[in-house]
Amino acid sequence: MSLLTVNQLSINFSTRDGITEAVKDVSFSVDKGETLGIVGESGSGKSVSCYSLLGLIPMPPGEIASGTAIFDGTDLLQASEDKMRKIRGKRISMIFQDPMTSLNPYMRIGAQIIEPLLLHNKISKAEAKAKAISLLEEVGISDAASRYQQYPHEFSGGMRQRVMIAMALITEPDLLIADEPTTALDVTIQAQILELIHELQQRRNIAVIFISHDLDVVKHMADRTIVMERGRIVEQGITSQLFDAPQQEYTKQLLASIPTSAKPEQYRFANSDSNKEQNFLSLNDIRISFPNGKKRFVAVNNVSLNVKQGEILGLVGESGCGKTTLSQSIVKLVNIEQGQIVLHAASDNQQAQDQQLHNLQGEALKATRKDVQMIFQDPYASLNPRMTVFNTLAEPLKIHKIASKADDIQARVLTLMQDVGLEARWANKYPHEFSGGQRQRIAIARALAVEPKMIIADEPVSALDVTIQAQILKLLLDLCQQRQLTMIFISHDLAVVRYIADRTAVMKNGQIVEINNTETLYQNPSDDYTRRLLAARM
Amino acid sequence: MIRFFIGRLAQAIPVIFIVITATFFMVRAAPGGPFDAEKTLPPEVIERLNERYNLDAALHEQYFDYLKHIAQGDFGPSFRYTNRTVTEMIAAGLPITFELAIYAMIVALVIGISAGMIAAIKPNSPQDYIPMSLAMTGICMPSFLLGPILVLIFGIGFQWLPVSGWGYSPGDKILPSITLGSTYAAYIARLTRGGMLEVLAQDYIRTAKAKGLATRSIIFRHALRGGLSPVVAFLGPAIAGLLAGSFVVETIFQIPGLGRFYVQAAFNRDYTMILGTTILLSCLIVLLNMLSDMLAVWLNPRLATSQQEQ
Repeated sequence: MSLLTVNQLSINFSTRDGITEAVKDVSFSVDKGETLGIVGESGSGKSVSCYSLLGLIPMPPGEIASGTAIFDGTDLLQASEDKMRKIRGKRISMIFQDPMTSLNPYMRIGAQIIEPLLLHNKISKAEAKAKAISLLEEVGISDAASRYQQYPHEFSGGMRQRVMIAMALITEPDLLIADEPTTALDVTIQAQILELIHELQQRRNIAVIFISHDLDVVKHMADRTIVMERGRIVEQGITSQLFDAPQQEYTKQLLASIPTSAKPEQYRFANSDSNKEQNFLSLNDIRISFPNGKKRFVAVNNVSLNVKQGEILGLVGESGCGKTTLSQSIVKLVNIEQGQIVLHAASDNQQAQDQQLHNLQGEALKATRKDVQMIFQDPYASLNPRMTVFNTLAEPLKIHKIASKADDIQARVLTLMQDVGLEARWANKYPHEFSGGQRQRIAIARALAVEPKMIIADEPVSALDVTIQAQILKLLLDLCQQRQLTMIFISHDLAVVRYIADRTAVMKNGQIVEINNTETLYQNPSDDYTRRLLAARM
Repeated sequence: MIRFFIGRLAQAIPVIFIVITATFFMVRAAPGGPFDAEKTLPPEVIERLNERYNLDAALHEQYFDYLKHIAQGDFGPSFRYTNRTVTEMIAAGLPITFELAIYAMIVALVIGISAGMIAAIKPNSPQDYIPMSLAMTGICMPSFLLGPILVLIFGIGFQWLPVSGWGYSPGDKILPSITLGSTYAAYIARLTRGGMLEVLAQDYIRTAKAKGLATRSIIFRHALRGGLSPVVAFLGPAIAGLLAGSFVVETIFQIPGLGRFYVQAAFNRDYTMILGTTILLSCLIVLLNMLSDMLAVWLNPRLATSQQEQ
């Protein structure tokens, strides 16, 4: 007898456009001590189906159309609110994706951790506190007794997720539902948290439902795996079998989308003849700092770097390492405190001169902005929601006086849209009418509009599902080759950087710890931190 | 926290100085003077009066003289009520106005917060629409209309409550407090609803539900503190507004508070009285805004830490 058996679960959401079947005929079961992985892309219904088990989806607009979910003899979908309250947090606990927003910022973490214990068990506050402190120590928070009194904002992301885990486990539940528990965390922290969940599960023999979009993470964690697509289960089975020999087309496609290989041969930086290698951009001893109370926080320190004409340079590092700040200083979105940023003139153009980018102002700055363009992480946030695609793409053409006549602009915009794989008939749509991948295509077209020589792409695929990510990476590689672009590609995702970059630089605490040809760096890392970073991958 | 307090106090000094200067010259610039009356006084009497109150000196001399006196805590004599000083008159009126403002604030908070919370728990349902429509009516209804309506219904119609005075008969404080507080109750209801709706959509409310908490505990333990922060920010300006805006209610209900003195002083060109009341009210506004900012910091641990770091 399984601990939880879900049978034929269907969930509908009523929207303005009618009823959406968010989950359709989903059946699965979880045994005691087992980890069930649920993978799928955004909108696949993986979270909704689990939230519905605890009655956490808003109804309306949500509605359970059919199905049963038998947990230890009780149907969770039919149980009264009173009965459900005794199950939530006591027998089934949850941990959520973003521990910053999932913890109450107004309450001390101690009070939040003991809350379910006081609610469900007959226990004094002092006993609960003692239990919480020992559990905090167990999940790896040192000095737990004093940190017990702190607020969530006083913890780092990884530590907050440990607090969240302690809060979920304090009532010794039978089932833990973990919804993307490491998605918001850096890789080294992710590895620690996954290890912790695994350890605690073994020790307490609890069942875990592990929801993630990240196939590698699920492969690492789950005994059995379910693959979901558009509300339905596509395939399920023993994890190792499912990953080694996927039966369904969608699963195969999903697995093929994960970049696992080195950069494809045909895209590699062709110029191995060192005489012809020419530096396109040089950063020399860059230092950037921000005011932080009375002191200054040094975001980038002593960074020197050359970017060669036509290469893709990968810049990897964990959050807060200064990779974004460094890239933004190149286009003067951030001012440098010390050092030089030099944009080298093309060798075949005798009149052109090297440009000291950090000193430029006014018209001269505007002129070089045309040469170096940026693509940002979140295309939804970085595109103006009140401008149509056409206007977004036409604006840079007008600003830089590349085209002025209406039909010329029209022709160029349509060509651009075609180049990035957008249909011409979408020109008058607004950003919200597109999917994430399409929006990123718009952002890429926007960057290409002024025919730049260099693109700085800051986490351009991090917000995208893997199948879409694979398409966008392919697009970027093709565009770089066709247009002979130089690119700096920033990412926290080591696999993606390996797939796209010719050379890779690793940043930590504002400094570059290692820079080398990508394959050399991945196979023979010379720096200790690089080795740790690579080891933390699943 | 103490440094924050001192910093804000230092900012307040130039503000109050500007208020004093602007008020001083504006009341002098207004046509008419303190001794104009229906029966014109003989010129020699006016001259003697001007001399006595130093009104014959040059304007800038009067100004510096006045500043010197305030620095010593002396607001001067009233020009209208010859035997009384401004300080005496404020001392008589302020406690009454203050008491009225506090009762009105209590009315506003109790009605406003409960209505806002009731509305936020079930948004876009009758439970939301009814209190919010009432709140809108409350905002639109001026106190000079609401006061007489309440008097008609509860004072004259049912004869439950006295219709004028302050502290003379039991229950005479109820109608003025409700009249003054209701507009603010309406604002607070809308702020509470907005704040609560925002907080109830947060991830940590979902966490609280996943812990097995009942709706009531979720609202009171997890949502209220964050949901009320817009209300807290509004408290300072609201109390200041109640104090400064009480004259209508004081006039309707014949309450001998500061507000009535203030309006009469303006009509009478009672220069020292106008100035004294204005200075007092601006000090209160600055002080109350500062207190409500401090309360907001105390309620939000993230702000508190960043204050300490600075």
